[in-house]
Amino acid sequence: MAKNNILKDTIAIIRKDVMLEFHTREVISSMLVFALLVVVVFSFIFEPGEHEQQRIAGGVYWMALVFSGLLGLGKSMLSETSGGNLEALLLTPTSRNAIFLGKVFSNLIFMFALQAVMLPLFVILYEVNLLSDPMMLAVIAATTYGFVLLGTLFSLIASRTRTREIMLPLLLLPVLVPILLAAIQATNAMVAMSPLEDYIKWIRLIVVFDIIFTAISLVVFDPVVEE
Amino acid sequence: MNSNILSLDKISKKYGEKTVLKPLTLDIASGECITVFGPNGAGKSTLLKLLSQQTKPSSGAILYKGSKIKDLKEAYRAKLGVISHQPFLYEGLSAFENLQFYASLYGVDNPARRASELLTRVEMNKRMHDPVRTYSRGMLQRTSIARALLQNPEIIFLDEPYTGLDRHASHVLTGILKEQIEQKTTILLVTHDLSLGYSLASRLLIMSKGEMAYWGEKTVADSDFEGFYLSMVDNG
Repeated sequence: MAKNNILKDTIAIIRKDVMLEFHTREVISSMLVFALLVVVVFSFIFEPGEHEQQRIAGGVYWMALVFSGLLGLGKSMLSETSGGNLEALLLTPTSRNAIFLGKVFSNLIFMFALQAVMLPLFVILYEVNLLSDPMMLAVIAATTYGFVLLGTLFSLIASRTRTREIMLPLLLLPVLVPILLAAIQATNAMVAMSPLEDYIKWIRLIVVFDIIFTAISLVVFDPVVEE
Repeated sequence: MNSNILSLDKISKKYGEKTVLKPLTLDIASGECITVFGPNGAGKSTLLKLLSQQTKPSSGAILYKGSKIKDLKEAYRAKLGVISHQPFLYEGLSAFENLQFYASLYGVDNPARRASELLTRVEMNKRMHDPVRTYSRGMLQRTSIARALLQNPEIIFLDEPYTGLDRHASHVLTGILKEQIEQKTTILLVTHDLSLGYSLASRLLIMSKGEMAYWGEKTVADSDFEGFYLSMVDNG
């Protein structure tokens, strides 16, 4: 019998989640519909080319992503809690960290897939080239990671409560305030073509947030799933 | 040399102020088939959850071959096969994909071959590529049995595995249990089926109101067991 290792088990969990999504298309489709609705509806508020539209572009982008992401995270965790799959995973000799990281990275893949569709539409509707600055990709990657990291942990906690749909945003959004604020500020600065010095502090904040919460999440995941 | 594979040393479980399992001490030898009987709420499922590390005891310790299971963690879990009320299967995946996934987590060599072999053993080979969500209760349970046997577990815990099974699925499960007993796999079976549970058991544990009402050998004839069980539960 081959020995378990964290990388191999993490990849097995990611593969399983991607395969499950390929068969059911539940997570990405629900996120996509919701995100597109938010982006399109907000675009109606402003006249094309209006300066205000560009000023709030960062806020709309991240809000669309967070709220559709909440929907996706809830659905992704539902596949673990229904049928006792999470218990089955915990019964295997897989390390708890591999389970957590597997869920985080599969959710991350779904969020990136969502953004691959949402971003071009956003650029067209809001007349802002979010990708004019290559740093924007780093902001998107780091912020999405931070959101998914905490979202995965909190969706697990929320899944064990009766009011899981309302519990997830209630628990998650207050903790996300620093990273969302930083992402919105950095995005708006990049849209306004500000120099890097103007928004590098926000990128630093996002990176520090990610590092701190990666460490915390890996430590608390085991006690959270124990009972 | 200690031949006990599992030892329970005064383990108890409380949820808040409510005690669901009073301090319990017993030893299980390797290769035994222990059937656990008891009315609903007697603490049978809690006992199995404690033994399979799905929950932590409020007091006491569980030892696997003399070592505390809380220290062994992954090494202990690798020895267990668990069949529960829940199927432990992803509905959107096929039986084959489910088993292949779990086999890889158990570090089984050639997961695809093992998955296929076990699904054939539980007579699910014709439907093994269909999504699990299309399965009947009996088919789910047969797939669940195959999942629990993936890594050739040393110990199998079964929590009311016959609930809702059709005759065919019950027959397959009983056949597999008899095979495992012959192969000296240690089995803990929780069931309400008195005659079946009694016939498979090497020793019995009868629980009532969160404590042990009887623990020991089969001392009565099969036909007298129902009366014996009821008297134990009434006295418990």
